[in-house]
Amino acid sequence: MKLDVDVARKLGAFRIDAQLSCEGGLLALFGPSGAGKTSLVNLIAGLLRPDRGRVAIDADVLFDSKFGIDVPVHRRRIGYVFQEPRLLPHLSVRHNLLYGRWFCPASARYTRFAEIVELLGIAPLLKRRPALLSGGEKQRVAIGRALLASPRVLLMDEPLTSLDAARKEEIYPYVERLRYEAKVPIVYVSHSIEDVMRLATTVAFIENGRITACGPVDDVLSRPDPSHPRPAAGAVFDAVVVGHDEEFALSALAFPGGELRVPRLDLPKGSAIRVRIPARDVVLAIAPPVGLSTLNVFRGEITELTAGEGAIAEARIRLEGAYLLAHVTRKSIAALDLAPGREVFALVKSIAFDSRSVGGRRTEFIRPAPAG
Amino acid sequence: MTALTPVEVEALRLSLKVGLWSVALSLPVAVPIAVLLARREFPGKQLLNGVVYLPLILPPVATGYLLLLLFGRRGPAGAWLEEHLGLVLAFRWTGAAVAAAVMGFPLMVRAIRLSVEAIDRRVEVAAATLGASRPWIFASVTLPLALPGIIAGTILSFARGVGEFGATITFVSNIPGETRTLPIAIHAFLQTPGGEAAALRLTALAIVLSLAAIVASEMLARRLQRRLHGA
Repeated sequence: MKLDVDVARKLGAFRIDAQLSCEGGLLALFGPSGAGKTSLVNLIAGLLRPDRGRVAIDADVLFDSKFGIDVPVHRRRIGYVFQEPRLLPHLSVRHNLLYGRWFCPASARYTRFAEIVELLGIAPLLKRRPALLSGGEKQRVAIGRALLASPRVLLMDEPLTSLDAARKEEIYPYVERLRYEAKVPIVYVSHSIEDVMRLATTVAFIENGRITACGPVDDVLSRPDPSHPRPAAGAVFDAVVVGHDEEFALSALAFPGGELRVPRLDLPKGSAIRVRIPARDVVLAIAPPVGLSTLNVFRGEITELTAGEGAIAEARIRLEGAYLLAHVTRKSIAALDLAPGREVFALVKSIAFDSRSVGGRRTEFIRPAPAG
Repeated sequence: MTALTPVEVEALRLSLKVGLWSVALSLPVAVPIAVLLARREFPGKQLLNGVVYLPLILPPVATGYLLLLLFGRRGPAGAWLEEHLGLVLAFRWTGAAVAAAVMGFPLMVRAIRLSVEAIDRRVEVAAATLGASRPWIFASVTLPLALPGIIAGTILSFARGVGEFGATITFVSNIPGETRTLPIAIHAFLQTPGGEAAALRLTALAIVLSLAAIVASEMLARRLQRRLHGA
């Protein structure tokens, strides 16, 4: 299934004008509050009518202003998980789950009740009423309910924001499994870089109603921002645990740009892990550093340098097979004569990682590796 | 107090019959009007609102007189009903039911309207994304969620209908076995010398009936609240 969106809509003084396309996997729609994320998702779902544009799933056109096509919400077969669970309070969990199934033609059903109940771990809740569920349980039921309607696209609008950290941890694994097991594209709205890093396969940045960047997570997150450096900027890689150094309690991770050493991870060799290196924790040197405690130093070449008016600029550094992103001051750029094409050494001060994004085992979500 | 006399049984049976028919008549009209008033903005909304509440404010005798003008055998609606449906309202128990329905209507609409207004519409939007069309959403989400108000309004209106006096006696008079409901029987006994004891017994009966309606409504409302909002 492929979702194609190209819509414009004026909302007071605010204007949304966005194009995106999503085929399988999880597309994170990432941006600050008020960027138009929810409105864009509502335009896709049919809850908001575009002034102009087109929304289609494969060859099935749901909205096209040119031809006057506007398929009503209930016939779009687009699943929607809202910020609040919005369960039907008068029905049991079981009947909430089955509600959408009624309306889906039998030939189009691809989700099975027992499978979804198992996937989301909600079997013990089936007889209960929504009022008696915890926030995390409600949201799991809401996800299951959307899936059991056999949607062709699943929209999730910050489904975790109303939950505390512990409840979030309860839901993450299910969304991660969904990404692999659901057969449909998922559009996941978020303003949290952790969510994006952990869940997304592709990411679209949205700002002021416009998509400013779109592409695979590692590519987009490690690309410098043309307008201004983002505090959340950083490079994301998929890495593999290649070995442990028991004497110094370290683990080695192989990633496309080389090998990283981090404090001993409680993971078997061969475990897949997603790694993020925040731009603000990368230091650049123009000569091989001597007498430093930093363990992770990579030789690379500056490919892009973006400076604005502020003190901080973003540098993109090409390693052998990957890119790093570094925040450096404009003063340093001048002092060290940094420019694209210049060979540099990137010193990595901290690494955030998350094994559950790929594997499903327990580790701390973010455990910065110390300086060395 | 001993067992009920045949006169009392007749008045009680007639009152219950009139009360039940009155809510059966008004409910199908009250629900759409309550939803309309709760959900839609349209020209003339205030006028409709006023007309709905009129029987609550107008002297009941005036309402009864208007009903007589409208539904009497020579009234426009009354003549039509008799000609096409063979239905006569004036001076019949059917007329008492109509009078009770009209008098209880504002209470019923108000209770339903309040509960419809309290429904979280975001839940209905969620139902739409799950594939439910508007009529389906109304039947499977809106109506069940408004049920506490519908039940409360029905019981309130029923109790009002059972106790209705002014409009009823004006519209259908006091005919034993046909239109002599509980309150009209009480009034009749009070007009008769030596009828006070009988009037008192009927009053006690009315108290029991009213209390039963209130208790039943409270119990139902609580049960529904528990189902919706947990213990």
